[in-house]
Amino acid sequence: MKPAAAPAPVEAPVDALDAPPRKRERRSFLRLLLRNRLAGVGLVVLSAIVAVAILAPILPLADPNATAPANRLLPPLTPGHLLGTDELGRDLLSRLVWGTRLSLSMGVAATLVAALVGSTIGLVAGYAGGRLDNALMRSIDMLMAFPYILLALAIVAVLGPGLLNALYAVAVVNIPFFARNIRGVTVGLAHKDFVESARLAGMGHGRILVSEILPNVMPVIVITMSTTVGWMILETAGLSFLGLGSQPPQADLGSILGEGRKVMLTAPHVTTIAGVTIFLVVMSINLVGDGVRDALDPRLSAGALARPSAVTRIARPKSEGADAAAAPTGDHALAVRRLSTRFEIGARVLRAVEDVSFTIRRGECLGLVGESGSGKSVTALSLLGLVPSPPGVIRSGRVWRAGEDVLSLPREKLRALRGGRVSYIFQDPLGTLHPLFSVGDQLVEAIRAHRPASHAEAWTQAVALLERVRIPAAADRAEALPHELSGGMRQRVAIAMALANEPDLIIADEPTTALDVTVQAQILALLDELRREHGLALLFITHDFGVVSQLCDRVAVMYAGRIVEEGPTAEVLAAPAHPYTRRLIACVPILGSGRRALDAIPGLPPAVDALPDGCAFAPRCPRATGACREGEIPPISVADGRAARCLYAGEVMREAREGSAA
Amino acid sequence: MHLYIAKRVAALVPILFGLTLIVFFIMALIPGDPALAILGAYATPDNVARLNAQLGLDQPLPVQYVTWLTNLLQGDLGRSYSLNRPVLDEVLERFSATAILAGAALVLCTIFGLLAGIVSAVRQYGLADKAVTLAVLVGISMPSFWLGLLLILLFAVELRWLPASGMYAIYGGGDLPDLLRHLILPAVTLAAVATGVVARLTRSAMLEVLRQDYIRTARAKGLPERRVIYVHAFKAALVSIIPVIGIQAGFVLGGAVYIETVFQWPGIGRMLVQAISTRDILLVQGGVLVVAASYVLINLLVDVLQSLVDPRVKT
Repeated sequence: MKPAAAPAPVEAPVDALDAPPRKRERRSFLRLLLRNRLAGVGLVVLSAIVAVAILAPILPLADPNATAPANRLLPPLTPGHLLGTDELGRDLLSRLVWGTRLSLSMGVAATLVAALVGSTIGLVAGYAGGRLDNALMRSIDMLMAFPYILLALAIVAVLGPGLLNALYAVAVVNIPFFARNIRGVTVGLAHKDFVESARLAGMGHGRILVSEILPNVMPVIVITMSTTVGWMILETAGLSFLGLGSQPPQADLGSILGEGRKVMLTAPHVTTIAGVTIFLVVMSINLVGDGVRDALDPRLSAGALARPSAVTRIARPKSEGADAAAAPTGDHALAVRRLSTRFEIGARVLRAVEDVSFTIRRGECLGLVGESGSGKSVTALSLLGLVPSPPGVIRSGRVWRAGEDVLSLPREKLRALRGGRVSYIFQDPLGTLHPLFSVGDQLVEAIRAHRPASHAEAWTQAVALLERVRIPAAADRAEALPHELSGGMRQRVAIAMALANEPDLIIADEPTTALDVTVQAQILALLDELRREHGLALLFITHDFGVVSQLCDRVAVMYAGRIVEEGPTAEVLAAPAHPYTRRLIACVPILGSGRRALDAIPGLPPAVDALPDGCAFAPRCPRATGACREGEIPPISVADGRAARCLYAGEVMREAREGSAA
Repeated sequence: MHLYIAKRVAALVPILFGLTLIVFFIMALIPGDPALAILGAYATPDNVARLNAQLGLDQPLPVQYVTWLTNLLQGDLGRSYSLNRPVLDEVLERFSATAILAGAALVLCTIFGLLAGIVSAVRQYGLADKAVTLAVLVGISMPSFWLGLLLILLFAVELRWLPASGMYAIYGGGDLPDLLRHLILPAVTLAAVATGVVARLTRSAMLEVLRQDYIRTARAKGLPERRVIYVHAFKAALVSIIPVIGIQAGFVLGGAVYIETVFQWPGIGRMLVQAISTRDILLVQGGVLVVAASYVLINLLVDVLQSLVDPRVKT
């Protein structure tokens, strides 16, 4: 009854396939399924119904086909007839149990037939590819060009009414769902290494399909079965209801309902009992099916399907240290104090940003550097509450701007600040611009969100903005959709959008990472120029120390969610005070020097849900001692305006100076 | 744009051709002798042979197909022997009743499905979301033919608000209000399942879109949350919702079979069920062909609509 839901089950299985279930995961799958209370209820109801249907022959039931005209249309709860009788005096309870048995077996049989034929077509098409694939899938498409039930009717018209014929008809119309789902997965598997090696080992195609591919496709087949069996039961019941399925005296739930319809006005209990039963069967199957699909979808357990709210959840302790709670003095565009942002997924807590403090002065460019996963983007998003929550939570800290804590602002004031005084530029301009609105319209929106202006006025300003970021033929380009522009042009649009309301501060999160090197240089030059021209402050986030050295006045280095070193760019570059910074600088290829000091850092950054005690870099640090692995290491001031979270900061610095002098 | 539509229209030709092939050959597979079915069990072999020759059934199948297709292109679908009138006349008349019913159901499921889905996504895990999720579950598990009977019992028998059957407006009797009164119950019944499917898909499409980077951008540039959800997220979600509404069109066209039987709506679905019982093959053939062709045209409309929302598909 719901062929339209077919596209939905396609996605989950493909995702689920990436990680074939292992034993441990299988147990957690059951737990996940049962954690879903609705699925649990469905499972209980379905098991009860199936048990009764299986046990029908040994249950103390009356003969479902024994007519007794004297007892016709007895109401429910009549002695001897718990659910009453139908228009021929037959015991309804007995007919119901036997009808359920028949409906269930028809639905299951139709599902098996559809699964067998459809999966075979899908496997062969996906594995063979080329012409055979094309021919098979075109025929499947033709089948799908018919409205679902109509095709079943046409098939019954050909074969004639009858139970088996209805079963075949329902099976045939469901073949396309299996064929498409299974083909999709098989195509992905057909060129995987293990299949290629089986082929090289001289295995025949048939054997490869059965022994290599089928086991991997099985979960998808099972999921498709669990999502289609409900409609197949509904469909067969429907055909019987129309008198095209089971023929008297044999009765499934659909024909009981159909027969009851004739006496609906005098004895509504007949249709009600049959209808409720069909409903319960299908509903419990759907509940279990949804539960299976959700349990197999890794995104759900990761909380990734939750809708991010407009503002990050903020849950800070009532009283915080005085250094965080007091508004900082001095001339700053933004001052961050002891900020901690975490991702809380069930019992797991990822400390993405931990105790981060920094200050951006007016008109200054501060570089925030670190490897991917170091927490620099989360820091940037936390500043205006843009971290998606769930699962993000700001657990502590203040973000000061113009004497106010941004994170305490009422929503409307925060909204006005976003894109107003403080604006963002993100990394991938294809993903971060709306794909269906012209870039001009997106600029117009940015303008009109903050200033009253007619669409025409705003459009003129938008074109002017595009000119300011040196987009040629700006008036024409404003009409373009993002995908019609090059990567560099898109990033210029993003910059124009950030400039739209003359901000004091732009937060640029890896704005050049997705671009070609030559385009990178242009964009950097443009940003630097605009910054100086407008006197705006810039928080520049990057993993590339080379870019920092060109652009930034000061630099803060992040590792595992913390700022491990901060100071004026030139000084940090000349003599890093933290071993991690030193390694990071060594990663920058030295142009024109004839030698590349591409010295990768051994080891990997720690997972932020399992941070070691003490310095998080200690496991990768050549200098680490026992002291590094204990307790909190606070920022240690090493020079005027410079600090590093390293017990040996002074020595590291001295060593670096001597090293570079040597 | 025009080029895109022209291309899509051109692509219809092979699909429609394929439809005629399938319909013709499915019907040709029917076991037994159609002439015998028409003449009855007491026909003499002579009569049967003469009728077969008259119907062209003694020709090889490909020849029969060409003849049938030629006639079809001239608007001749043959004559229904049970009704003794041209198949095309009967089918078109019945189809108009089905189109009214299915069209109304499609409008209902689109409006209510979208509304419920959006509310559900915006209030994820809230009370409204739970209510919608539950209603959707009930809706898609409900046998529509039973839902129809329940509505008849409640609104026609108990409350006497609306008629359970007797729609004659398409035959010239009754006016628009009368048609609408007859339309409400069957249209609601037919729309129930489809509404559930649209709501469910809208919810998941909205949730998917709301996680995208461009939504973060919209928030970062200070757009009000209303605009973020109802303009930015909704427009992007429409890209995956529109095809599903297209599929629902096929679903309500097919599902009309049950609803027309329950409400005795004089549509093509009921005609087909009757024609199958009387083994009126030409009538079945014509009915299936017309409904399938209309579904193909609906899909064309859906594609064009899709290209209007998402200009990227044009390329």
